Amino acid sequence: MTGLPLLSIAIWLPIVGGLLVLATGSDRNAGLARLIALVVAVAGFLVTLPLYIGFDTTTSAMQFIELLTWIPRFNIHYRLGVDGISMLFILLNSFITPLVVLAGWKVIEEKVAQYMAAFLIMSGLMNGIFSALDAVLFYVFFETSLIPMYIIIGVWGGPNRVYAAFKFFLYTLLGSLLMLVALIYLFFQSGFSFNLLDWHELRIPLTAQIYLFLAFLMAFAVKVPMWPVHTWLPDAHVEAPTGGSVVLAAIMLKLGAYGFLRFSLPIAPDASRELAWLMIALSLTAVVYIGFVALVQADMKKLIAYSSISHMGFVTLGFFIFNSLGVEGALLQMISHGFISAAMFLCVGVLYDRMHSRQIADYGGVVNTMPKFAALFMFFAMANAGLPATSGFVGEFMVILGAVQFNFWVGFAAATTLILGAAYTLWMYKRVVFGAVANHHVAELTDINAREFAILGLLALCVLGMGLYPFPFTEVMHASVENLLKHVAVSKL
Amino acid sequence: MTDMQQLYLLVPLAPLAGAIIAGFFGKAIGRAGAHWVTILGVFVSLVASWFIFQDVERGNLFNGTVYTWATSGDLSFEVGFLIDKLTVTMMLVVTFVSLMVHIYTIGYMAHDEDNWPADSLAGRHSYQRFFAYISLFTFSMLMLVMSNNFLQLFFGWEAVGLVSYLLIGFWSTRPTAIYANLKAFLVNRVGDFGFLLGIGLIAAYCGTLNYTEVFAMSQKLAGTTVELIPGLPWLLISVVCICLFIGAMGKSAQFPLHVWLPDSMEGPTPISALIHAATMVTAGIFMVARMSPLFELSDAALSFVIVIGAITAFFMALIAIVQTDIKRVIAYSTLSQLGYMTAALGASAYSAAMFHLSTHAFFKAVLFLGAGSVIIAMHHEQDMRRMGGLRKYMPITYFTVLIGALANAGLPPFAGFFSKDSIIEAVHLSTTPGAGFAYLLILAGVFVGGFYSFRLVFMTFHGKERFRDVAPHGHDAHDTHDAEGAHGHHAVHEPHESPWVVTVPLILLAIPSVIAGWAMVGPALFGNYFGGAIFITPEHPAIARMAADFHGAMGMITHGLMTPPFWLALGGMVTAWYLYIVRPDLPAVIKEKSGVLARILEKKYGFDEFNEWFFAGGARLLGRGLWKGGDQTLIDGLMVNGSAKVVGWVASIVRLFQSGYIYQYAFSMIIGVFVLLTLWMNRV
Repeated sequence: MTGLPLLSIAIWLPIVGGLLVLATGSDRNAGLARLIALVVAVAGFLVTLPLYIGFDTTTSAMQFIELLTWIPRFNIHYRLGVDGISMLFILLNSFITPLVVLAGWKVIEEKVAQYMAAFLIMSGLMNGIFSALDAVLFYVFFETSLIPMYIIIGVWGGPNRVYAAFKFFLYTLLGSLLMLVALIYLFFQSGFSFNLLDWHELRIPLTAQIYLFLAFLMAFAVKVPMWPVHTWLPDAHVEAPTGGSVVLAAIMLKLGAYGFLRFSLPIAPDASRELAWLMIALSLTAVVYIGFVALVQADMKKLIAYSSISHMGFVTLGFFIFNSLGVEGALLQMISHGFISAAMFLCVGVLYDRMHSRQIADYGGVVNTMPKFAALFMFFAMANAGLPATSGFVGEFMVILGAVQFNFWVGFAAATTLILGAAYTLWMYKRVVFGAVANHHVAELTDINAREFAILGLLALCVLGMGLYPFPFTEVMHASVENLLKHVAVSKL
Repeated sequence: MTDMQQLYLLVPLAPLAGAIIAGFFGKAIGRAGAHWVTILGVFVSLVASWFIFQDVERGNLFNGTVYTWATSGDLSFEVGFLIDKLTVTMMLVVTFVSLMVHIYTIGYMAHDEDNWPADSLAGRHSYQRFFAYISLFTFSMLMLVMSNNFLQLFFGWEAVGLVSYLLIGFWSTRPTAIYANLKAFLVNRVGDFGFLLGIGLIAAYCGTLNYTEVFAMSQKLAGTTVELIPGLPWLLISVVCICLFIGAMGKSAQFPLHVWLPDSMEGPTPISALIHAATMVTAGIFMVARMSPLFELSDAALSFVIVIGAITAFFMALIAIVQTDIKRVIAYSTLSQLGYMTAALGASAYSAAMFHLSTHAFFKAVLFLGAGSVIIAMHHEQDMRRMGGLRKYMPITYFTVLIGALANAGLPPFAGFFSKDSIIEAVHLSTTPGAGFAYLLILAGVFVGGFYSFRLVFMTFHGKERFRDVAPHGHDAHDTHDAEGAHGHHAVHEPHESPWVVTVPLILLAIPSVIAGWAMVGPALFGNYFGGAIFITPEHPAIARMAADFHGAMGMITHGLMTPPFWLALGGMVTAWYLYIVRPDLPAVIKEKSGVLARILEKKYGFDEFNEWFFAGGARLLGRGLWKGGDQTLIDGLMVNGSAKVVGWVASIVRLFQSGYIYQYAFSMIIGVFVLLTLWMNRV
């Protein structure tokens, strides 16, 4: 392997590029800003490819490690590395960024440079979250990534954007404050180390583990989001611009789930097992309860937001049934949801850009004027409903199998998504796309252009490819997941 | 990879290639290009299947992996083929019927642009899209039947469901069509829900999804009890089989998950023949036959299967006698026939079920395609009350439909006689609990089957030429052809026979509807045709006992003439003749007199209303309750905004102490000092 600091490049290239875009200044240079943003975003994705190519699938150890001293006074390091759990998310994140840049190409006309810069910077920060192995570094990335999203919703959002941005910011910030306390506690317990890998070896009494688990839960559950701390998400999605929704759903929601795997499970394994029932109950509530709530939404973005919560319920369910089917299924579900939710929000964006409405009732018969779009939207709707040969099936199928293995009735409750997911997705699709042309606005719609087709087509290929051949994905995560499960099974009291 | 393995791959991939070309490049290759490329694909598939059949006849079976889909823990998910007699029979039936339907579609969809609003872009190239869909269906169905593991089975299972969804809603501007396709998908998902749980249990207890490895562990499953509900121990294998069968109930439209099939008639007629009669709906039957090593070990599951099958066979046939839409009569007939197959499965007569599946595929395809031919001639009129006397205008259609009806009614020597009679006899001899009840129902169903089949023939092809009447026709609950576009003025057209692309497939399908039973009954049922593909325990001797009594096809006919099913079928036929030819005034009188009974049948036992009210309405009510009551009131109202309010309230009190007046601060300091002093002095 080359000696290049690949992870650092993956983090700092988009951030520096983002600052460069910012430097183009006012909207007079909007064209230049867009161009630089696209080049940086594509380059940002290309530099992550060696991570996959050079990845050693036989080991669960951290790879591509980078280590620099940052604040020696507190033993804080700039420590980066990835394993089979985190590596794929860096690729996913870097893949989504160019799509988001393209999606905002024409629609965003004001403060273009700032818009593009915010997404690039956010992309770099999130790569930082997935590769940080030092708790302080992680926390800094975790918190700063909120700022660009807050700005994106607050500046380019819908009419109620200020309320939504505040709700998003406060919810997630309050959640992570308790995590800070937990990090400081662990710092002292471990003899003044912020190294996550040191923390994984710590022995901690059960009560302390439970407190730690709950503190992490507050931070991560809000991010996922788990029921009942999910109500910020529909509001945030509805107000966010399309690109914001895409990144929020595709990447930001994964941060919480990733946190469970990096912090909660390995640091507090006994508490995790002790509180698994709670996590399973909350996850199943998300799957079933939110499935019903999604059914009655009148706003397409809200519906997809609720669908996201329901799908993320599968992720947390998979983690806490502690078998490889569950955990690997959950990880696959996270990646797949990255593609599908991005595509679904982009599809709504395509309609919104033309009609300036997200209300299902304002549509009907879109297939008659936008057949190409209708075909792609159908594909993503089916993927969202977990149809085999799409990526949406892989994770769901494995988690349901894992859940039946764990307990028949848990599997039973989880499998209701087969019916609910199809019901809310296809019912929405029917009302929006099928039928006769509903009104003259629909009659005047124009089908997707080459740029939109390219974005959605690329995502469709990903969804199809992963559905037909998920082996390359499971192969990467295998060793790390097995190691994690072994780790969790051993008591740390 | 050996030559044979390449041939196996060719079977599903040829139609897939056709589908991809017609689907993505339909505009470029044009209409003729689309139908030729897809027909070629299916034809290649049929020829390859025939060679594979020959190879299997020579004893060359295959069971192997094509590629590993994913791995997790010790579980490996694979895509692979199992080629044996059961598979190859299905492959031949699927590719043959599919090829016929492809050719027929050239004629049926020739003027499809008339079915779309003029300015609809979805209507452009709909012809090519239709061919792409039916080829995609053929691919999916072949993947389903050729699978050697549960994962791929589920893949095919859902993929045929997807294509069915797309095709039922093909004319997507019609409200009835897009209601029907959503309904079909969701009801099927209810079945898949059970199916997936069954697969989950197999994965959990066997650690593999490969058929042969699972079958090897069937005794272990049969020896395990689980208490899913505490205090109620169940044999694991019974739970597994019932879960799997719930999947079959969805796909093969068994009571009470049958509700989607009649509505699926909203789709174009070629797919009613291919998907909703001949092939896809038989996937459930095929699946249970494939799983015979599991089902054989569970009497509870077999009993469940036979009772569900018999209920479907009889009660769905009853609905067929009050339907007036020609396609819906055939749809309910299909439900009933699927019930017969299911009952045969429950009686451990898997080969009889597969036999009936094959003959039914031919004669039901004839009936549907014949009905389609009539519908073209009638300019998309489907109401039989506005037909009559068509036989002299369309003789080929008439004779082929007549053959189909004779086979459907189970009269010798037509194909349906042999397969249906075998099922009735097998259920008669069966020792499965519930077989006695099932026997009575399916026997009674024979009379009804004879009646509705010939009611259709007489109302459509015989009697007065009612299509000349311009009188307004009565609207009733299942009057769906309003959506078919303009009507009322086509009575002026003279009906005429359909073009050769329609009649040739009809004739080619009518031939096996006559001879398939005669030719196949000996080897298929009693000659150990399926070999090791079907497993029957010695405790279930029905088929073995029938084999002992079997003395050739001719003997079966002469014996059949002396048994109740023949006379019941004949009786049904004669009753239809009397009521619709001799005394056509009587049906209305009977309907009048029977009052409630007729209402119940016309309401189809009220399933649609109940499901719409309870499940669809209930789900929406629950969703709204959880959203408004849970999310908005409890979580946002009480917890989120509530805590914000508490913070605000605390702040408003605290604010009182920060008034900015020095004397207030000084005063509170003095009070504080006094309190502290008091506490300190009294501490002893």
